[in-house]
This record gives sequence, C-alpha cells and structure tokens, in this order.
Amino acid sequence: MHSADWKAALDYEELSNCMRCGFCQPACPTFRETGYEAASPRGRIALMKAVADGILEPDQDVVDQMSLCLGCRACEPVCPAGVKYGKLIEQAREAIERECVHSWPVRLLRWLAFRQLLPRQDRLYLAGRLLRFYQRSGLQRLARRLGLLRLLPEQMRTMEAVLPEAAGKGLTEAVGTVVPAKGEKKLRVGMFRGCIMDVLFHETNVNTVTLLADAGCEVVIPPGQACCGALHAHSGEREQARQLARQNIAAFKQADVELIVSNAGGCGAMLQEYHHLLEHDPAWEADADWFVRRVRDISEVLAGLTGTPPLQPLPKRITYQSSCHLRNGMKVTKEPVKLLQSIPEATFVPLFEADRCCGSAGIYNLVQPDMAGRILDEKMGHVAATRADILVTSNPGCLLQMKAGIEQAGLGDRMEAVHLVDLLARVRRDAETEGERPSLDAVTQI
Amino acid sequence: MLPQHVRDRLRAIVGEAHCLDRPEALVAYSYDATPMHQALPDAVVMPKDTAEVQQVIKTAAEAGIPVVTRGAGSNLCAGTVPVGGGIVLVLNRMNRILEIDEQNLTITVQPGVRTADIHQAVEARGLFYPPDPGSMVVSTIGGNIALNSGGLRGLKYGTTKDYVLGLEAVLPNGEVIRTGGKLMKDVAGYDLTKLLVGSEGTLAVITEAILKLIPKPAVQRVMLATFANLTEAARTVSDIIASRIIPATLEFMDQGTLRVVEDFKRIGLPTDAAAMLLIGQDGDPETVDRDVERIAAICRQNRAVQVKVATNAEEADEVMTARRSALAALSRLRPTTILEDATVPRAAITPMVEAIQRIAAAYNVQICTFGHAGDGNLHPTCMTDARNPDEIERVERAFEEIFAAAIELGGTITGEHGVGIVKAPYLEWKLGAAGVEVMKAIKRAFDPNNLLNPGKMFARESRNRVVVNHAQR
Repeated sequence: MHSADWKAALDYEELSNCMRCGFCQPACPTFRETGYEAASPRGRIALMKAVADGILEPDQDVVDQMSLCLGCRACEPVCPAGVKYGKLIEQAREAIERECVHSWPVRLLRWLAFRQLLPRQDRLYLAGRLLRFYQRSGLQRLARRLGLLRLLPEQMRTMEAVLPEAAGKGLTEAVGTVVPAKGEKKLRVGMFRGCIMDVLFHETNVNTVTLLADAGCEVVIPPGQACCGALHAHSGEREQARQLARQNIAAFKQADVELIVSNAGGCGAMLQEYHHLLEHDPAWEADADWFVRRVRDISEVLAGLTGTPPLQPLPKRITYQSSCHLRNGMKVTKEPVKLLQSIPEATFVPLFEADRCCGSAGIYNLVQPDMAGRILDEKMGHVAATRADILVTSNPGCLLQMKAGIEQAGLGDRMEAVHLVDLLARVRRDAETEGERPSLDAVTQI
Repeated sequence: MLPQHVRDRLRAIVGEAHCLDRPEALVAYSYDATPMHQALPDAVVMPKDTAEVQQVIKTAAEAGIPVVTRGAGSNLCAGTVPVGGGIVLVLNRMNRILEIDEQNLTITVQPGVRTADIHQAVEARGLFYPPDPGSMVVSTIGGNIALNSGGLRGLKYGTTKDYVLGLEAVLPNGEVIRTGGKLMKDVAGYDLTKLLVGSEGTLAVITEAILKLIPKPAVQRVMLATFANLTEAARTVSDIIASRIIPATLEFMDQGTLRVVEDFKRIGLPTDAAAMLLIGQDGDPETVDRDVERIAAICRQNRAVQVKVATNAEEADEVMTARRSALAALSRLRPTTILEDATVPRAAITPMVEAIQRIAAAYNVQICTFGHAGDGNLHPTCMTDARNPDEIERVERAFEEIFAAAIELGGTITGEHGVGIVKAPYLEWKLGAAGVEVMKAIKRAFDPNNLLNPGKMFARESRNRVVVNHAQR
C-alpha cells in the first residue's frame, strides 16, 4: 500500500481541521473499550494524516485501526471543530480497498455482496425466497437439530436465530408503486424501501407506507430505486456507492416527490450525504442537492404532521435505543421519543447511554465479533436496568443486534425488540379494530 | 528505537501488550492538543501500578532514556510531546478511585482517573471537587495536577493546587515518596506537594493523589449581561467584587467572539455589543437569589444593554451554551486554532483586552478573546492556518507582544495551560534570570540526568523581550 493513495483519497483540509483536543474520545466506543489512543477518532485522524504526510506507512496496524472503527460517528456531534469524521474514515477505507489484496474467500464474498447482490434488488428477492424456503420448509429446524449451525461462528449463529422470516416479494408487489393518501392529501412523498430491508423487514416497509398514507401522504415507491450504498461506502467501495447514488437520485427525481422518506437510520444518513459522495461530479451536483434536501426519517415526517389518527393505549414500559446514523448522521434525536411518548398509557423509560452504538454497525458485528460482543454486553446491562417490555430501535441492523442481545442476555421471556414503525403500526391497527368496537357494543345493547 | 535489552526489560515489566513500539503506536503518542507540535517517541509504555512505574523509571534511568509521562494528552502547552524521543509513559490504566473519605472530606485517586469522573463520583455523595478545566471530560487528574489546571470556577474556589493535599510520586531515581496527607495543616519541611503540582512531569511521576473535597453547593444560578463598551463591562466586574460578592463564575467574551458564536449557534446574542459577561453564583438558595439580584442591579447601573437572568434549568443551559460554544465556534473558522491564556490582575482586564485587539490589528491576524474575567485569565484565541508560514510568523510575533503586554500589566505568560514547550522561551520574561536559575536548580536536585520530560519548561534560549509599545506607533 502506498501513502500516495491515501493522500489522493483523503480530504486533507478536513484532516487539518482536527485540532486534537480529544473531546471525541469519551464518545468513542472503541476508545472506551481499549483506552488506546490509536483506537480513538483523534488517533485515527492522526494516523491518516501521518500516512498522507508520508511519515507513516499504511501497514497492517494502521489498517486494523481503521477496521476497528464502528463508524457510529458518535464523535461528530461532540467535536468542537465540526470535523466530518465519517467522511474521513470512508475515504481511508477507500484508499485501503484500492490497494488491498484480500484472501480469495474474502474477495469472493465482497464481490458477491457488493457487486452481485446488494445493487440487484431482483437477486435480493430471490435470496429472500431461498431464505424463506430454508426457514419454512423445515430445513432450518433440521439444521438446528443436526447441530450444523455449530459450524458457524457464535456471532453468526445468534444472528441466524434472530433473523426474521424473509419475504418472498417486494414492497411494490405488495402495495403497488403509488399509494393514495387517506383523507386530504398533504404531501407527495417518495418511499425509500432499502435493499435488505425490503427482504428481511418487508412488514416494516408495508407498515411505513400505511402510516404515511394514514398521516395524509401520497406515497410513491419508485421501482427504479436501488440499495443506498451505505455498506459499500463504509467498506471502501465508494465508486460502487456513487453509481447507486446516481441511480437513486434519478429514480426519485423522476417521481417528482416533495420528500424522500427512509425508515432505516443507516440508509437515511447515507442518502442525506449523497452530495459529499458526488462532490467532484459536476453533472450530478445540482440533482444531488435536490435529493439531499428532501431526505427525512419516517419519525420526522410523522412527528411533523398534525391531525394524524389517535393511537390505541398500550400500558407497557417502552425504551428506545437510538440508531447511530439516525442520531449522528441525520441528527434526528427528539422525534422518535416524541412519537413513543404520544402512545397513550405507555411509560417511556429513557435508556442510559442510548446515544452509544450497540455494536451492530452495519456488518461490524460479523467482521469484528470480539469488539462488537464487548459493546453489546455493556449495552444489554443498561437495557436490562430499564425493565422495559419493549425495546424500540429505528434501523434494521440495530434491531437484529438488539434481538440477539435480548436472547444472549436471557431477557427473551420479558422483552421484545421492535422497529419504531412496527410498534406505531401495532397501536394503530388496534385503533382500527377499536374503532369498530363501539358499533358492536351498540349491537349488543340493542 | 530502544536498545534491545531495554525493550525486553520493559516488556517483562508491563507485559507485551503494554509496551508498544509499532509505528502506528508511536504516531498515536506523538502529539497532544497543542497545534503544530509533534515528535515520535521510541516506545509507549502503559504501567498498571506504582510498582511497575518504579521499575520502568529505574530501567530508563539506567539506560539514560527520557520518560514523558502522559494521561489524556489534552494539554495546550505541548507538555506531553516527546521532543527528546524516549518512552511515553501512559498512565490511563491507573484509573481507579481508591477511596472517598466522608469523615476527612478527601478523595484518593490514581492519576489516570478522568476529571469528570471525579466530579460525578463525589457529587453523587453531596460533595464537590471544584476545579473544572475546559477539557475535564477528557483530561485525567494526573495531568490536571502536573499542569495545575484552572477552570471556570477559579475565582471563587481556586485551582487544582488548592485541592491537592497529598501525593505519591516516583522520583527519577526510582524511589517512591509520599508527600502531605489527609491534612489541612502540615508544615513538616518544604511543601513538596505544592512543588510537584504544576511541575509538568519534569520532577517526578505522580502515581496517587489525595484531593480535598468540600460540601456541594445547594443551588446555582446563571445570568448574562451585554455591554456597549469594554469599560462598562470591566467596571461591572470590579463593582461586583467591590460589593463583596465573589461569583462562582464570571466569564467574559469580546465582540469578535460574540459574533462568531452568534453566527454559529443563532441564539440571539446582540452582535453589536462590545462585550458580554456570563455570571454564575452557587451556594444556599437565599444567598444565591440575593447575590443574583445585586449583580443584576450592578450590571444595570453600569449601563448593560441586556441583562438576562436564567429562571430555570433550560434557560440556564441556554446561557451556558453561549460560553460553552465559544471555542467550538472559533475553531470552525480556520484549520488551526491557537488558544492562549495570558493572565493579568483582574483590574487590568480592559487595558489587556484593548492591547490584544490593537496587537491583532497591527499584525493583521484574527484574534478573539474570551475567558475568565473574574480572575483575569483571558483566552486570546487565534484562528489561523498552520500551512501558511508567513501568517504563522505574524501570529507568533503577535502573541509575543501579547505576553509582553500581560507582564507589563503585572500579569503572566500563562494562567492555566502551563509552560511546556510553547512558553519555555518566555519563562524568563516572567521570572527573570535568577528566577529561572533557581527553578533549574530544583530540577537538577530532583533529576540530575534530565530524564523526566526533557525539553520542557526551560528553553535552550530565551526570546529577547519585545517592547510593548511598538504596536502603538
């Protein structure tokens, strides 16, 4: 690897903006776990700068520190100088990928995931159908009984156990490409369905559309949209991410929507930073701007619209683990809590250090199982202390990690992890049946 | 590179995982929070207890290898940059609170405990450790002691030195000494405790500290006042003190800072005001209410444009946001932010701020000033770019004049950041040749082979003192 690649990939101006005050360190999960300067944002930026300056070779130790970063970006809101660390770590990883020679299984896996699967929604649905077959045909039960899963590393085993039932069809197959608003139309919004989201969390996507329509949004689901590219960008495949960005911008531009709604913090933050991704691409600059200005998280849209239908009471203790990229990337903090607090009879219990990463971080829990496990253990201690019945998150990766955490911590009998949208849909759906009940009562009275 | 036998010995003492000399580790411990200073050590050693520190020091002493002790590396005087190479001794594994003694009102800590964790631990028991340096969420208590850190509460409560009752330290020859104790009175010989506080890691390695605690004030209230000119703001400060009120915080921001903060935060600060004061009081509710009213009246008497007393926690937070955002707002303007701490007697704040503004204009550099008006500790902050040598040269000359002006006004070159590398050339301006000589003699008595933190505190050459009135022409 050469430092020249780093120099080319890294925004030197941004590196220089770090004044090394160290205020990022208490917010950094890997620094807190290790206490090691190089495993902190200030340390990683110093390493990047030293490589760009040619005083440090980007050897395996440097690469390891870049890989150990969760990319949670908790360092950004606390940075006095406003350094865009998330952008720098992606650039460093891009430089690493450009020169890095992986072992062939890793190469194959990366090629499959980043080139063949994530950008191709049709293939993801096919994979979804295969997974669904595995889950429903008895194969899964057989595999479990035969102990085949023990061949998997522990982290993957837990993930296999908590994986939701995959959907065999996509969102547009289920609801069409345009869903009219219920009642008066207030907004025309585009729904970003995500890639894996639409296979593993199909139900959440359907619920998102329903809630938006309920709230008076005409919902368009442009079929030409693709994966947001976040996993690519985080893993150093920025060129592939740029291609996906262009595809998404074109799809939503054509749909002529007022807002673009995401229900996954990780995707939303990526969508909102397309202008950074395409900053040296004059042909796309204006359209990227158009796009970025419209991206919202579902919680922002729902909390911002008035006159939404009333919710059914839910006498439960509810707590909320924030998605890092929703909080640190999209800067959405209050809205999800506001929505949860609006549920009648529910008790909202704040989670200690809800603003700290849960260790999921995209595919981090699969590639850095040790660190992810340490972070998750600490998180589950705080979760248990809330004595909540429902643990709400706002991103699919976090949701899976929380489900795995609940299982590992032995809380499965008294706590469930739910996506914010699914919980809201649950109290809403009950509201519908509730709406019918008075008439039944009326019948009985007669 | 360390000689092989030294490397082996160090690894045997602290374990392989805690003695690092990979390039990545050396780079990671080559800097602190001081702009434009960086130097690679030969090894990074992370001991877990006093016994290991002792053995590391003995090994280094035998081999004649310099040792730079370090906590979080959040200091602003390049005090932990290993300019002479050697070993960076990182103490953040020694991060235990050993005891909170509610009978004697003391806390005993290892040096790697974060300052903010001390606050949290003692406040949970209704106790109070007042020193609150700006970096307290990052900084370690060992670093605070080594640099005698100040903070916002300095005026009423003093600084770190006023709270250190006793120390355990490893001398450069490897011997362990214990100074002071859980004692308010102790005149057994020279006050080695006070000598080690602020010694910047040049005399000994502090491995444990006993700190004084006081009862936590019941309530605190804050207010904000803006003024059309500096003189009125300064007179307000003097009048508050003259009416026998010592506020817990008495912070100052000049117009440049106000404008930048407003631009950044949009909290409705009057950007045409020449100065802003942020005043806080703590204590029992009656006294605090009475003081706040009297302070507000004094502000109005001195023709404050706006006086805003926070009536609840949210408003207090809003008021504090203005001050807390100062550094953030300033540091966003340009890549390099140089934060200085020239300090003058409180009565000389107006001439000092005026001198800073005049000097900045003369050298065509951007300097905004905020700081602790109550104790005369100002933070002239320069926004610049380390990559522009011409501008940096002008910045350096401007700061030289600012230091000279501070001394002229009966002040000092550094109020709370320390000497380290950056102020070493100016130390003689403050102390005179005889003063520096006696300090060097103390250093020699502790550390005859100049093993601990070489290159700090004492410069090879002092700068020629600039004549202050130059800029006025």
